[in-house]
Amino acid sequence: MSLLGPTAQGGPEFIQLLTPEGQRVEHPDYAFDAGGRDEAEVVRGFYRDMVLTRRIDTESTALQRHGELGIWTQLLGQEAAQIGCGRALLPQDFVFPTYREHGVAYCRGLDPLRILSLFRGVDQGAWDPNEHNFGNYTIVIGAQTLHATGYAMGVQRDGLVGTGDPDRDTSVVAFFGDGASSQGDVNEAFIFAASYNAPVVFFCQNNQWAISEPIERQSRIPLYQRARGFGFPGVRVDGNDVLAVHAVTQAALQYTRDGNGPMLVEAYTYRMGAHTTTDDPTRYRMSEELEYWKLKDPISRVKVYLTRNGLADHAFFDSVELEADELGVRLREGCKSMPEQHPLAIFDQVYVDQTPELAEQRDTFAAYLASFEGAH
Amino acid sequence: MTKMTLAKALNAGLRKAMEDDPKVLLMGEDVGKLGGVFRITDGLQKDFGEDRVIDSPLAESGIIGTAVGMAMRGYRPVCEIQFDGFVYPAYDQIVSQVAKLHFRTHGAVKMPMVIRIPYGGGIGAVEHHSESPEAQFAHTPGLKVVTCSNPIDGYWMIQQAIASDDPIVFLEPKRQYHADKADIDETAVPVPLFSSRIARPGADLTLLAYGPTVKTCLKVAEAAAGEGRSVEVVDLRTLSPLDLEPVYDSVRRTGRAIVVHEAHTNLGMGSEIAARITERCFYSLQAPVLRVGGFDTPYPPSRLEEEYLPDLDRVLDAVDRSLEF
Ligand SMILES: Cc1ncc(C[n+]2csc(CCOP(=O)(O)OP(=O)(O)O)c2C)c(N)n1
Repeated sequence: MSLLGPTAQGGPEFIQLLTPEGQRVEHPDYAFDAGGRDEAEVVRGFYRDMVLTRRIDTESTALQRHGELGIWTQLLGQEAAQIGCGRALLPQDFVFPTYREHGVAYCRGLDPLRILSLFRGVDQGAWDPNEHNFGNYTIVIGAQTLHATGYAMGVQRDGLVGTGDPDRDTSVVAFFGDGASSQGDVNEAFIFAASYNAPVVFFCQNNQWAISEPIERQSRIPLYQRARGFGFPGVRVDGNDVLAVHAVTQAALQYTRDGNGPMLVEAYTYRMGAHTTTDDPTRYRMSEELEYWKLKDPISRVKVYLTRNGLADHAFFDSVELEADELGVRLREGCKSMPEQHPLAIFDQVYVDQTPELAEQRDTFAAYLASFEGAH
Repeated sequence: MTKMTLAKALNAGLRKAMEDDPKVLLMGEDVGKLGGVFRITDGLQKDFGEDRVIDSPLAESGIIGTAVGMAMRGYRPVCEIQFDGFVYPAYDQIVSQVAKLHFRTHGAVKMPMVIRIPYGGGIGAVEHHSESPEAQFAHTPGLKVVTCSNPIDGYWMIQQAIASDDPIVFLEPKRQYHADKADIDETAVPVPLFSSRIARPGADLTLLAYGPTVKTCLKVAEAAAGEGRSVEVVDLRTLSPLDLEPVYDSVRRTGRAIVVHEAHTNLGMGSEIAARITERCFYSLQAPVLRVGGFDTPYPPSRLEEEYLPDLDRVLDAVDRSLEF
């Protein structure tokens, strides 16, 4: 099978509402829902979200190149998957991200500087998950899918599933990648969620690559079809189509909130950048493939759609650009001036109730550090 | 004679082992086309094919578990775990299966498997990429644990580990991968795998190191020499079994010993080594055996790792404490 053949097209059951050429199309099962607002206004909002998300990404990549970050996990190309999903969430929903969900974090209201502090090595992503109902980045791939399932089981026990009250019914989203789908943890999460009918949306961003390994190494069937074997529904959506991702995720969230059990959404997308800033994709993939996917860019199709239909003017696009520039400045300055943790702080973060032996180790180290003061 | 970094030496050693024995297979994430994230398996898939250099699905338990089956079928799998912190999904297979099969079958089943793990810190990485899990494996009967500190050892030890019929956890100090080059004489006769080695002779105090801390301790010895102190450095090389006879000899001469590792100090290798030295060299000791290690906290964010890792100053401080005891 050619790489640019049926696989790259997404196959027949591929849900799309906005073509790469910016053509609005309808799908019999999934309609875009602007939530009672003017559709054009909502789409302009998505455009803005995606541009700002891309700016967070490109700015962070640049910061890494300048030595301000140790590493950066690029999301270039996955903006629609993340914004479409992020904007479908209700405030009470809860997200368990991987290490690449910068766009979802943005939707949840997490300051990108909190993420930069992780990649700068100032901390390990120390935000309080309850502040924005956005969990901590998880680097061990797949682990968070079980956490999401357990959290959803808690939601169930709190009686917040299937009440019919849209302000109370809650869903939990577990993000993971195509590579992670091979992990035992992910498969166990599927089993637990199905067994307990837990309100989890398993949201897989199939970006075609797990570092150097293509999706074919992880699965012989389209990933969304795996759900069926575990006893719950799965759908594949054009992950570069923000309207389709929004529509499908919204439906999946509601399905789970209503108490129907878990659902799998496979957002079919492409990692246009490297795996991380330390990776060199030219070693394992053809540049033609990237060129091909550039034609499916998630942002440009929305711009074409808005422009061609007279739904946004120059002033709008300029204002978004300006806002992105301002965000860029804020990130650059905020990153460089980020306060460091004191080395002694780590001793107080290990336990709720500090142990005498660790306190002693801390004190000994404090005395050692003090012995250098004034020495140089 | 070829000049090589540790990364290149390991690559050359793997290549040699694959040439020598067609049953040797490499398995792991990204080990094929990419040559591993550290390029240790660079070019091997191209030369030995996809059946012998296997890009695995992303599941560590799967890698080690299938390697068990391969070993039972007569192959000699060399598994790469991408980073230290990602070995734990495979921990069950390693401690409950790999380590026990020979024992429970009274020797009917052998596990000639090598589990390569890049370990240790100091590379400015994010969480789970800088850990030192050696004690967890050394504590498990049935596993052997070795670690190289330089290109020459890397070249020979990986071949010796692959040739061994016991399962070996092979720890590679990732900070050293591209650090220094050394001349490797491919015709030399290597020292036995399970042996420690005096890396620098000295008379006043013995530093015991392995993997990434050998280089630190050699620098300490150099600095101490400037102050008129003669420090001996032992590269332990093998952590299970330990080869401590040369260490006992050394400590009987110097009367002082310090164990230096990046792993947490509590129940780290240093604890076992200190106990054994105390048992065997009690009357020669002029100071308690000291340990300098990582603190008993999770590995910190990278901007604090310099403080966390035993460095020149922290080891020198311990040298002072030992000598002044
Ligand atoms: C358990 C574990 N093994 C290995 C790794 C190293 N690693 C980090 S990301 C990655 C690839 C993940 O691919 P995928 O799940 O498709 O997500 P993507 O990075 O493409 O978003 C690997 C192998 C890890 N983080 N955790």
